Amino acid sequence: MTLVSVRDLAVSFGGTTVVSGVDFDIEAGQCVALVGESGSGKSVTARALLGLTGGSVNAAELRFHDTDLRSASPSRLRRLRGREIGFVSQGALVALDPLRPVGREIEDSLRIHTRLGAAQRRARAIELLAEAGVPQAAERAAQRPDELSGGLRQRALIASAIALRPRLLIADEPTTALDTTVQAGILDLLESLRDAGTAILLISHDLAVVSRLASHLVVMSEGRVVESGPAERVLAEPRHPYTRRLIAAVPTDRPRFERLTDRPAAAPAADRPQASRDVVLSATGLRREFGSRVAVDGVGFALGRGKTLGIVGESGSGKTTVARLVLALERPDAGEVRLLGRPWSTLTEPQRRERRPGIGAIYQDALSSFDPRLTVGQILADALSGGRSRRASPEVVALMESVGLQASLASRRPRLLSGGQQQRVAIARAIAPRPHILVCDEPVSSLDVSVQAQVLDLLDDLQRSLGLSYLFITHDLGVVRHMSDDLLVMRHGRVLEAGPTESVFSRPRHDYTRALIDSAPRLG
Amino acid sequence: MALPVAAAPPVRRGPLPWLLLRLGGVVFVLWAVATVTFFAIRLIPGDPAEAVLGGPGSQASAAALAQVRADYGLDLPLPLQYLHYLGRLAAGDLGRSYSLREPVGAVIGQNLGGTLLLALLSLLTAAVIALALAAWSTRGGRWASAVTWVLEVVSAALPHFWLAISLILLFSTTLGWLPPVSVPGPAGLVLPVLTLAIPLAGFLGQVMRESLLDALGSPFVLAARARGESEAGVFWRHALRHAAIPAIGLAGWAFGALISGAVVVETIFARPGIGRSLLSAVQLRDVPLVIGVVLVVALGYMLVTTLTDLADRLIDPRPAPTTAHRGRS
Repeated sequence: MTLVSVRDLAVSFGGTTVVSGVDFDIEAGQCVALVGESGSGKSVTARALLGLTGGSVNAAELRFHDTDLRSASPSRLRRLRGREIGFVSQGALVALDPLRPVGREIEDSLRIHTRLGAAQRRARAIELLAEAGVPQAAERAAQRPDELSGGLRQRALIASAIALRPRLLIADEPTTALDTTVQAGILDLLESLRDAGTAILLISHDLAVVSRLASHLVVMSEGRVVESGPAERVLAEPRHPYTRRLIAAVPTDRPRFERLTDRPAAAPAADRPQASRDVVLSATGLRREFGSRVAVDGVGFALGRGKTLGIVGESGSGKTTVARLVLALERPDAGEVRLLGRPWSTLTEPQRRERRPGIGAIYQDALSSFDPRLTVGQILADALSGGRSRRASPEVVALMESVGLQASLASRRPRLLSGGQQQRVAIARAIAPRPHILVCDEPVSSLDVSVQAQVLDLLDDLQRSLGLSYLFITHDLGVVRHMSDDLLVMRHGRVLEAGPTESVFSRPRHDYTRALIDSAPRLG
Repeated sequence: MALPVAAAPPVRRGPLPWLLLRLGGVVFVLWAVATVTFFAIRLIPGDPAEAVLGGPGSQASAAALAQVRADYGLDLPLPLQYLHYLGRLAAGDLGRSYSLREPVGAVIGQNLGGTLLLALLSLLTAAVIALALAAWSTRGGRWASAVTWVLEVVSAALPHFWLAISLILLFSTTLGWLPPVSVPGPAGLVLPVLTLAIPLAGFLGQVMRESLLDALGSPFVLAARARGESEAGVFWRHALRHAAIPAIGLAGWAFGALISGAVVVETIFARPGIGRSLLSAVQLRDVPLVIGVVLVVALGYMLVTTLTDLADRLIDPRPAPTTAHRGRS
């Protein structure tokens, strides 16, 4: 029997319809995926099954098992939530109450839906944590979310969602913002739940993530279903142009400089230096300690003109500290960074200041790197003039065009822009002083795959037209392989492996590198 | 990624150095308060010896004044008087009140209880009103939140003396429900408590509503609802605790506001307490009593801030954010 049946679902907020005409079914033990970019209405669709949209819901059919969700009373819905339908909400890192031990959140599910006593609940919560793959579950249950890593928090959240053995588990972006190997572990956990008979509604912007678990895909765009069908069919022969774009946007296993979007590539500029063996940035024997912890130890590399050096590693591997050392925001305890063949890390800050335009940076969280009171135009004018002027000028317009931003956005404040637009503003600001080198620290990690594709293509374009060299830092192997000429694999502050990207990927020498490569999700 | 890559481990001081530092701070503040008050009160024109003999209207003889000056050490140079005073303070002797001819300690002892009761009841009443307003505004839709917003702003802006007189006019003169002065027993406490609680509730309500709304809109509340938690459960188990954090942070400030409010309220309602003692002591230039009251209030203030720090650690056990570089999230 069909577990979930949705026909012609529409959700509106105060007269604005955000989702309409959504149909799908979920069979018992089946995994169905809702795929689409941010704002496509996939989270709202999933919450309609729980009666938690906060808007008004209309449907020709909205049924879970034998319950008509359209007419179910609030108390009936509360009995369904948690007991029949488990929910793993978006934002693994904030979905647990920061003031309570994680075990309490799991006990809550049991307290609400069972008659177990306090001691039994506690024991069961520990069992559930262990089941969800949390080591030392008894100690972990007593810890607060801020004392756990991202992966453990996500596992604790899943433990609380499956406490009552629900028939359906809704997982909203369950692996976003997690490291590759951690992501693979969470997907393994979901897979084992599915194999044990739990139906899963998986929500993601990343086709590569869902393609491993889902047997049926529902592709959403702008509040509508544009395509749905068996996963293999949709991936192999997508019928809707939007689905084709989503598939094309996945960077995994795509050769260097191949386009991820349908925008044509920029032509290399003749007046700019071309890729060469000239070393623009070099580091030797870098070491940095924080108290007793060694964050970076013995890291060295050389970055050629017009080339990209990828640094890949998981949280805590020291890759961000390397970025800060290269930008001379931290002083190395040992070793040296040289910029354009001249000393850099050994200079004093006043000496460095006049050479700072030679190296720029973009970060994962573009928005928080802007002064919130400045408009986009002011931010860029400020960067173009080296902080001397915030007045609009033709150069600002040209700069915005070069990163694919409409000139009309100049009067907006960054927080009113989309995530992709914000990152474009950050890139425009970084290239404004005409740097030779751009340090890119997780520049696309909080973006949807389709937006990520646009930003990666833009970075490719800029590299070719401006002859930029990139130090590209990421935890995402698919991205780093597509973007880099050379690769550095970091772990625990050390370089595990280094070499040309293709040879590292095809002949990894280290087990850890091999595990990283194997855990990266790929299409199909 | 989520983990701070370059952040130093949060520095957690042990409880003992923390306590010592705190105690040292208390002693320093008490000394500073005693010193400032001692010199500030000399700036009021008039002769303290006259104050001892019953104020400027007493027409005391020159001999009597000289006698008093000798008795109380007022003929000594000011720095010497100050050192004498400090010496007695260090020994725990607050001196004798000029106007009441009683040890200051005894005067404060008689009056402190009434003021503390008033302050405590007002704080509780304010917290209950603020919580009720905040809860109603988050649950009752746009209309309720507009009404509570206006109520909070208006009540936070009310001056104590105006509120006290309005309450007397309404409940005593017009309706005749409650006595206009503070008589012993619960009936006499209602109007003074309301006078102090209503403006405080306005402040607390604004702060609590903000954090309550933040908590109710957060992903962990959505997760709790998706677990089948009822609205009441969401409120009591999750949202309330988050709303309490900033309110507790304000408690130290609230204590100060309540004591200064008590000066007004105890005077208007003719209620015995240290607020009224302080006012009359200042008017009579009763230096030892003024300093005694101010020291006790300062001590109380520091006690309250220490207690709120402890309560804050209990409710929010997360380590305080360090100023070190944090990783990206």
